[in-house]
Amino acid sequence: MSDTKQFCTFFVNGLFFGVEVLKVQEVIRYQEMTRVPLAPSMIEGLINLRGQIVTAIDLRRRLELPLRQPGQLPMNVVVRAEDGAVSLLVDEIGDVVEIQDDIYERPPETLQGVARELVQGVYKLKHRLLLILDTEKTVNLTGAASRVADPVP
Amino acid sequence: MNDQLQQQLIKDLLIESLEGLDAFDREMLALEKGEGSAETVNNVFRIIHTLKGSSGCIGLNKMESVAHVGESLLSLVRDGKLAITPAMITVLLEYSDALKEILRCLEQTGQQGAKDYSPLLQKLQQLQNTEPESVKSATAGFGLFEEEPEPVPAAQPPPETIPLPVKTAVEKEAARPVTSVSDSAIRVDVGQLDKLMNLVGELVLARNQIIQFTSGSQEPSLLNAAQRINTITTELQESVMKTRMQPIGNVWAKFPRIVHDMAQELGKEVQLVMEGKETDLDRTIIEAIKDPLTHLVRNAIDHGIETPEVRRAAGKPEQGQLTLRAFHEGGQVNIEIMDNGLGINIAKVKAKAVQRSLLTPDQAARLTEREVFNLIFLPGFSTADKVTNLSGRGVGMDVVKTNIEKIGGSVDVLSEAGQGTTLKIKIPLTLAIIPALVVTSGGERFAIPQVSLLELVRLEAGQAREGIELLYGAPIYRLRGQLLPLAYLNREFRLDSKAEDSAACAKAGAVVNIVVLQADGRQFGMVVDEINDTEEIVVKPLGKQLKGITCFAGATIMGDGRVALILDVLGLAQHANVIAEVHDRGLAGKNKVAEKADERQTLLLFNAGRNAPMAIPLSMVARLEEFPRSQLERSGNQEVVQYRGQILPLIQISSHLPGSGDAAPSADPMQVVVYSEAGRSVGLIVGKINDIVHEAVTVKRNSGGAGILGSAVVQDKVTDFLDVPGIIRAADPSFYGETINPAKQTL
Repeated sequence: MSDTKQFCTFFVNGLFFGVEVLKVQEVIRYQEMTRVPLAPSMIEGLINLRGQIVTAIDLRRRLELPLRQPGQLPMNVVVRAEDGAVSLLVDEIGDVVEIQDDIYERPPETLQGVARELVQGVYKLKHRLLLILDTEKTVNLTGAASRVADPVP
Repeated sequence: MNDQLQQQLIKDLLIESLEGLDAFDREMLALEKGEGSAETVNNVFRIIHTLKGSSGCIGLNKMESVAHVGESLLSLVRDGKLAITPAMITVLLEYSDALKEILRCLEQTGQQGAKDYSPLLQKLQQLQNTEPESVKSATAGFGLFEEEPEPVPAAQPPPETIPLPVKTAVEKEAARPVTSVSDSAIRVDVGQLDKLMNLVGELVLARNQIIQFTSGSQEPSLLNAAQRINTITTELQESVMKTRMQPIGNVWAKFPRIVHDMAQELGKEVQLVMEGKETDLDRTIIEAIKDPLTHLVRNAIDHGIETPEVRRAAGKPEQGQLTLRAFHEGGQVNIEIMDNGLGINIAKVKAKAVQRSLLTPDQAARLTEREVFNLIFLPGFSTADKVTNLSGRGVGMDVVKTNIEKIGGSVDVLSEAGQGTTLKIKIPLTLAIIPALVVTSGGERFAIPQVSLLELVRLEAGQAREGIELLYGAPIYRLRGQLLPLAYLNREFRLDSKAEDSAACAKAGAVVNIVVLQADGRQFGMVVDEINDTEEIVVKPLGKQLKGITCFAGATIMGDGRVALILDVLGLAQHANVIAEVHDRGLAGKNKVAEKADERQTLLLFNAGRNAPMAIPLSMVARLEEFPRSQLERSGNQEVVQYRGQILPLIQISSHLPGSGDAAPSADPMQVVVYSEAGRSVGLIVGKINDIVHEAVTVKRNSGGAGILGSAVVQDKVTDFLDVPGIIRAADPSFYGETINPAKQTL
């Protein structure tokens, strides 16, 4: 018998990601955002979440993936980070899944670049791999900002 | 889980004990002054007893053992077996510091720290053993101290004993009447309050939308419901605001201790008087003024109050007095720090300023008293002859001023040689809601805090071409003869904008809007695409991902629910390189002082229905506003408009001036000069605002008639100077209440 965990899942550039359900505050549709001049490009803007101002981070840029097609509106996955809520912009929302711990594995050595830093582990589901994001590291842009040039569109 | 519980217990202990120890300090000082009673001793004992008990409970052995020694000593005092001496109080204060130190260590590291407190503990032990003989002998015979208290033999009181009514009704742990507020108050997490505040803010926005939708409706029940939502929301907003308020006494609580320690160290006698402890302030402001106030209190004792010998020689009571006073006035909080000490030595300050080449001797000679006092706020300025480890290192007053100005406040200093110094601080009630100007640039809206805003300049196409010059590529505008460095907001922020480039823009002949801002005592102009409106905005913090960008002070939510960024004017100025960091601030101050010394003044020029241009000093103008005639309402015989949630009475100037009996209907929108005095405002309707000029003028008093003070030549035209107080008095005799201050009329 092993323990199970629940994950909120979503897709970014065809990759299947998950964040522990307890860390997700809510999921909301695309909202109009206020751009922040001079901010790193991966910060898409600010949204008003019932009076709270939340920074939205584009996961495609954060993970150094190709940019979204124009007109393709992302969704907001609002996660609870150490110093307040942060929204992660994803392509599409998946289900909340319950997974047993015994199919968990550390990320493979071949995983390179920023993904190696942000993906804390992998669940080997039947048809595909679920990549678990470390939310704290994802929302912490210190150091990330300078390194990331605009990825190839 | 256990760990979490432990953490929670420690957190509770920290909050409770730090508060308790502050109270302990206060009670100790009361005892020292001889104001203590048996109840005071009971209180301090109880505080330590609780601390010892709770720390023992959660396994903090070190704390428990340290607390224990003090408890034993205090229990002897409580039982009347030992009399309190000043020496004992000093050791007990030290003991309280030690406990605080352990608590802080616990807070930061989760450990109790490795520091050895045995010397202190020994002192405490010794105090227990060296009971004054008299008391010892008196108590020796009584085994049971629960009995009738034995009066301390009056014949041989121990020499240094502080009189204490020894009412030894010692119920050891017995329940006593609960006088604490703990039953009627609860502790609430500040984050929880902030959240509540956010939600109320959102509710206000939703309410506004509902009101808008229902205003066209005929359905009475819907209108009723909307009306109720309206009132309830307003009330809710006020109540929530109140929960964030804290009495200023919370900051002051530590001052008796600081004063006591400093006075002892410097060999001075200081009595601390605090008035208006209960004055409420927003908690963010409380945080922000903590350090500046502490600094000022230290300064007052170190530099202000003299030693007893000096005071005696000057014919003053040996004990100096330091008064802290706080009160609300005109929507602001006033804090005054008064000492009856030395006062500021004008000659000394001048000499120092010359010595530091902040001023030429010539300039120094011309300064008024007030200007001299303001010199102490210049960086690197200290008149103290010797640097003590308490203050006088010349870092300080400028920092105090900067910190207070940062939260939109102001500091003023008054002093009389030999009589003392008073520092007057004015700060806003809250930082959470500030007035701001909303501008648009590159399609984005930005809010600029009103405190850093000086004026707005609009250049029509032709003017822009001539007015903006390039100095080695840097755009400069001549504002009343002074060079004003310019920056383009859209370019600084790399936003697309219709005003793409200064040169292109000037050629294209577009209108240029310049927002004249002040940062760090220096002015610069920010060119924006559009100036929208002034609004009261709710300031919200930015996430840590954006903390690195110094150009923003926060963000706010606009009426339409979207987010707008609030500009940090100083950060922006540095980013745009319009003011160099730190760069000759002393010089800037010097220029300012020199400028003040000349006779020039800034005047607002306007027409008032007559042909002759009129002027009033800009210093009398709180604000310039435009109101469409449709907003005009009547209250009794008075024309009024709703303005910033208040009713602003309006006065048609032309009807109070001679020779224009036919108060011609003024333009639509009406041009209104808002004048404020002692928290009351009035709007003066003028015909047309012409210009703001900075000129040296000599006003010749003449018989221009009622409402006119005199006239002068301004910009080659004879200009009448409006008698603002006179007109207001004529229109509304009650405006000034009892206090008509003729000094206000500076012309």
